[in-house]
Amino acid sequence: MNGIEFFTRLLAATLAMGTSLTYATLGEVFTEKSGVLNLGVEGTMLMGALAGFTATYFSGSLFLGMLMAILIGAFFSLIHAFITISLRANQVVSGLAITMFGTGLANFLGKKIGPSSNGFNLIGLNLPVKFNNIKIPFISDIPIIGAFFDVSLLTYALYFILPIAWYYMYKTKFGLSLRAVGEAPRTAAAMGLNVNKNRYLYTMLGGALSGIGGAALSLCFTPSWNDGMTGGMGWIAIALVIFSAWNPGKVAIGTLVFGGITSLQFAIQAAGIKMIIPVQFLAIAPYFITLITLVFMTVRAQKTNGRFASPSALGTSFAIDEK
Amino acid sequence: MRLVLEKRNEKSKKMQILVPIFSLIISALLGAIVLLLTNANPIKTYATIIHGAFGSPTKIQYTLVKMLPLLMCGLSVGIAFRLKFWNIGAEGQYVMGVIGITWVMQFWTWLPPILVLPIALIMSFAFGGLWGGIPGALKAHWKVDETLVTLMMNYIAIGIAEYLYINAWKAPKGNMGTVKYPEYAWIGKMWGKVHYGIFIALILVAVLYFLLYKTRWGFELNMIGKNSEAARCQGVSIKRNIILAMILSGGIAGLGGGINSAAVTHCLTKGVDSGYGFTGILIAWMSNLNPILSIFISLFLAALQTGSDALQITMKLPSSMSEVLQGLILLPLLAGNIFIDHRLRIVEKKSTEALEE
Repeated sequence: MNGIEFFTRLLAATLAMGTSLTYATLGEVFTEKSGVLNLGVEGTMLMGALAGFTATYFSGSLFLGMLMAILIGAFFSLIHAFITISLRANQVVSGLAITMFGTGLANFLGKKIGPSSNGFNLIGLNLPVKFNNIKIPFISDIPIIGAFFDVSLLTYALYFILPIAWYYMYKTKFGLSLRAVGEAPRTAAAMGLNVNKNRYLYTMLGGALSGIGGAALSLCFTPSWNDGMTGGMGWIAIALVIFSAWNPGKVAIGTLVFGGITSLQFAIQAAGIKMIIPVQFLAIAPYFITLITLVFMTVRAQKTNGRFASPSALGTSFAIDEK
Repeated sequence: MRLVLEKRNEKSKKMQILVPIFSLIISALLGAIVLLLTNANPIKTYATIIHGAFGSPTKIQYTLVKMLPLLMCGLSVGIAFRLKFWNIGAEGQYVMGVIGITWVMQFWTWLPPILVLPIALIMSFAFGGLWGGIPGALKAHWKVDETLVTLMMNYIAIGIAEYLYINAWKAPKGNMGTVKYPEYAWIGKMWGKVHYGIFIALILVAVLYFLLYKTRWGFELNMIGKNSEAARCQGVSIKRNIILAMILSGGIAGLGGGINSAAVTHCLTKGVDSGYGFTGILIAWMSNLNPILSIFISLFLAALQTGSDALQITMKLPSSMSEVLQGLILLPLLAGNIFIDHRLRIVEKKSTEALEE
């Protein structure tokens, strides 16, 4: 295997793994931008993965699978929205509760709702259909770049979703409202915006995207069901939101870097290459880089008296009649 | 007609008792629905959990052993939350504590045997304290968001631990895990599986109770949490207190890791990141940050975990039921909390519109 081939394969693996992460990260960007911190991503993703897998397995329809993943994802974040927005509970604790509940329920149901032929277990089942890679002729044969044109429908969709998300957030009236309720809810309310309605909407959008992220794992990347198959990806998504500075336009950079580092670990281990840096350090590199980025961004914002990238009202509830 | 939440003049004592009771009932009912949907008998399931946690002396011992790291993490998070410092890093601080104790146990063998355990435990406190102090200092000096920092630091700690037990500190035999600690430095057993570490935890509860409720420092921490601006005006150093509280918070989680390693696992190996830190957040929250109440809440959650393990064996139900129930207990409790300082009122649509104008 020569160098170019290695990089092409690495990029292909990165795109396959990064797809799920990108959906979840993009969802959390929208949620946090509206002022709601949802630490329930991990649990929501796992429930999405389960819902997508189960619906597809029993119906044979990928469309139904994705639909179920979206609905379940939105439903789980609706719980978070209700508790933190309407009942003004602490967002950190509520998000953790959602993750705990979602992970527990997905792992529980995964062993109880399968077909009786498999002992009601979903583990070890094969899907009748899955998202396969679609090759675009000629372009996909170009070294390295070709990897971008030999991906699944879910990845192709992102080529359109990401620019649209960026445009929506920064160039439309709705995007302006979204940023306003996350930056200055009181001013937004004074201007006639319904802060809590906006927050409900974007928390549920975030959950729906997390659901898709989960289903991208169980219907495309793996494709199968397994206990805790998201393996902490929901937490990585939360880290990548910071890394992308809450900007949908930068989400792909974070997921490519992270997906690349993770794929590189597997590639190195598979190739049996001896490394100066242990693989475990590669595994913590994204978290370390995110941490440094966060500190650097915050310090710089304060030194220049400039605005920090994180939405000012992130993590706080809003009630019109109370301070 | 619509529902409106109205702020009470003071917290309702009645609601402070009613909300947890109703939450528990609601969560038991919701859990029963999940069980019924999957063709399991809820009453039999709950009975199995209780029997699995308390049914025999051995089972009680398992529950008590499990309770210890949970209690330590609950105490740890409780201190940070008192300052409204949203520390979700107890998991990483716990892991760092295990790394700290393992370092002494493995490499400080020149110490007189009698000193190994005490110094090792101090080291676990110091490592955990460092892991809590860093986000504390970042928050105090530059206002860096503590939730995100502690989240990242969890994964960095777990990564370092993995590197150590797979690579650098791996025992010559086997493919992961460090060598066992010297036997003279283990924490001894007092009743079956139950070890003397439980006394350290109980003494700590007493010390913390005194510190937080009876000293000036505890008063200052409370004041920062309730109204940091007012505290500043009173001359309380917020920076210093955040850092000190976080060193203490991280240290206690680290000590929890140290005690559990010296008494139960006797080494650093896979499974060191078993979610005690995250459950600690639940415990702190459910106990209303009260160290004494934390004992009962952590006993309850430990019972839920050991009891759920029994489900797998006797009822062939996945043990993840414990996480489902934990989530189901927390969610209604969080939702119900608002009724402690708010009341729900039904008002005519017209009158609210008039109010908003």
